[in-house]
Amino acid sequence: MDFLRPASWEEALAAKAEHPTAVPIAGGTDVMVEINFDHRRPEYLMDLNRIGDLYAWEVGEDSVRLGASVPYTRIMENLRAELPGLALASHTVASPQIRNRGGVGGNLGTASPAGDAHPALLAAGAEVEVESVRGSRRIPIDDFYTGVKRNALAPDELIRAVHVKKADGPQQYSKAGTRNAMVIAVCAFGLALHPRTRTVRTGIGSAAPTPVRATAAEEFLNAALEEGGFWDNGKVITPSVAKRFSDLCSAACNPIDDVRGTASYRRHAVGVMARRTLTWTWESYRGARRATEGAA
Amino acid sequence: MRVSFTVNGRPQQADDVWEGESLLYVLRERLGLPGSKNACEQGECGSCTVRLDGVPVCSCLVAAGQAEGSEVITVEGLAEYARQRSGDALPGAADGAGPHTGEGAGLAPVQQAFIDAGAVQCGFCTPGLLVAADEMLERNPDPSDADIREALSGNLCRCTGYEKIMDAVRLAAARQAEGA
Ligand SMILES: Cc1cc2nc3c(=O)[nH]c(=O)nc-3n(C[C@H](O)[C@H](O)[C@H](O)COP(=O)(O)OP(=O)(O)OC[C@H]3O[C@@H](n4cnc5c(N)ncnc54)[C@H](O)[C@@H]3O)c2cc1C
Ligand code: FES
Ligand code: FES
Repeated sequence: MDFLRPASWEEALAAKAEHPTAVPIAGGTDVMVEINFDHRRPEYLMDLNRIGDLYAWEVGEDSVRLGASVPYTRIMENLRAELPGLALASHTVASPQIRNRGGVGGNLGTASPAGDAHPALLAAGAEVEVESVRGSRRIPIDDFYTGVKRNALAPDELIRAVHVKKADGPQQYSKAGTRNAMVIAVCAFGLALHPRTRTVRTGIGSAAPTPVRATAAEEFLNAALEEGGFWDNGKVITPSVAKRFSDLCSAACNPIDDVRGTASYRRHAVGVMARRTLTWTWESYRGARRATEGAA
Repeated sequence: MRVSFTVNGRPQQADDVWEGESLLYVLRERLGLPGSKNACEQGECGSCTVRLDGVPVCSCLVAAGQAEGSEVITVEGLAEYARQRSGDALPGAADGAGPHTGEGAGLAPVQQAFIDAGAVQCGFCTPGLLVAADEMLERNPDPSDADIREALSGNLCRCTGYEKIMDAVRLAAARQAEGA
C-alpha cells in the first residue's frame, strides 16, 4: 500500500488521475473500519486532510457551498440556520468523536442507503460539485445515488463541495433506531417546506437500495396545499391529506428485511415519520406566518 | 513509512509504519503508550479516544499517516495537559521523566474525580472516558446532565457503571468551579 498526501486540491486531482484506484480518506470513519477488518486493501490511500479548502464553507445568496470534508460537528454548530435539515441529520450521526471527523463528502463517497446526510440533502435540494483533471461538473443530488453503495463519480473524480439550497422554510429530520446515539438508521425521513416555490420536498433513508425522494407524495401534497390555499390561509393540514401523504411516502419505499428491521416495519415507520415531520414543519410555518402577521 | 507527530507535548517518530495502520496501533505498539485501549477497532466504543489537534477522535479510525505533523494528547498526557491549562508548572518536568508516559505526572482533576466517585470497575473504558470528559469540561465548565450524556455518548462501558461515571464528571465540574 502507498500513502499519498497531496498538499493541495490540484495535487489531489493529479494523483487521482494517475492512480484511479486510489481510495481517498477524509475522516476515515468508513474507510478505516474497512481496513481494520481487512475488508479493503487499497493499493493507494489518499489522505485529504491537508487540503484546507475541503474544510471551508461559504454562505451564498441562495445556497451554501459546503466543503466535502467539513465535519458534522461544524455543520451542527455553524449552519443550523441555513441548513436546518442537514444540521439535524448531522446530530444523529454516531457520536461526538465520529462527528468530529466524518462529513458529508465521505457520506456521499460511501453512498450507503443509511447515510444520514442523504435524506436531508434530497429534501433541501443540492448539487454535488465533483472535479477531475478533465474538468469540473455539478451532479444534481437526485442523480447522484446510482445503486447500493454506488454513486455517479467517475474513477478519476473527487468530490470538492456540496451546494445545498439555503432553507426558505422549516425543515425536519427523523430517524428510527434503537437508541439516541451510535445508531445506523433502521430508516429515516427528511422533509423541507419551500414556501417560496410553494413546494415540499422529501428524502427517505434506509428504505430502498438508494436514498430516494417520495416524488408521488410530494406531487400529491403540493397539489393539495395549492388547491386548499394552505400556503396563504395557513390552516391546519387536513388529516385526510396528511394520511394520504404518509401512505404515499410508505409506498415510495422499496425496503428489505435485515438485522436492523423488517421491510414492513420500515414502510410503516417511514409513513409515521412522514406525517410527524409534516406536522412539525407545518406548525412551525404557521407559527412564523402568525408572527409576521402579528408584527404587521 | 515514517510518521512524525507530537504526543503529549513531546515530538515522536515512528518508523516502518504500515500505510493502513491506525494512530491507535502506532501509539500502543510503536510508541509504548498503551493507555488508549483497543477494543472494537470500528469507532463504536470510544476506548481509543485521544485528542487530535485538540479534537476528541477515535484513534482507531485515524490512519497513522493522517496524524503526521499533528498534536496528540492521550490519557497518559492528561495530567500534564490539565496542569498546563490551569497555568501550574509541573515540578521537575525538566528532568525528562515522562510526563508524556504519565509516569510521575500525578493525576488530572478528572482522573481524581473518577477515583473518588468509584467510577472505575475493570477500567477498560476509563482512558477514553477521561479524555472525552476532560475535553467537555474544558469547553463547557458547567455541564447539565444532558450535556454530559451527549459528550460521553460515544464511550461504552462494558461494566455499565454509567451512574458513577456521571457522578465523577459532576464532581470534577464542581471542583473545577470551586477552584476557579
Ligand atoms: C461507529 C460508527 C457509527 C456510524 N454511524 C453513522 C450514522 O449514524 N449515520 C451515518 O450516516 N453514518 C454513520 N457512520 C458512517 C460514517 O461515519 C459516515 O459515512 C461519514 O460521513 C463518513 O465520512 P468520512 O469523512 O469519515 O469518510 P471516509 O471514511 O474518509 O470516506 C468514506 C468514503 O468516501 C470516499 N471519499 C471521502 N472523501 C471523498 C472526496 N472528497 N471525494 C471522493 N470520495 C471521497 C472515501 O474514499 C470512502 O470511499 C458511522 C461510522 C462509524 C464508524
Ligand atoms: S477501539 Fe476505537 S472506538 Fe472502539
Ligand atoms: S469499567 Fe469496565 S468497561 Fe467501563
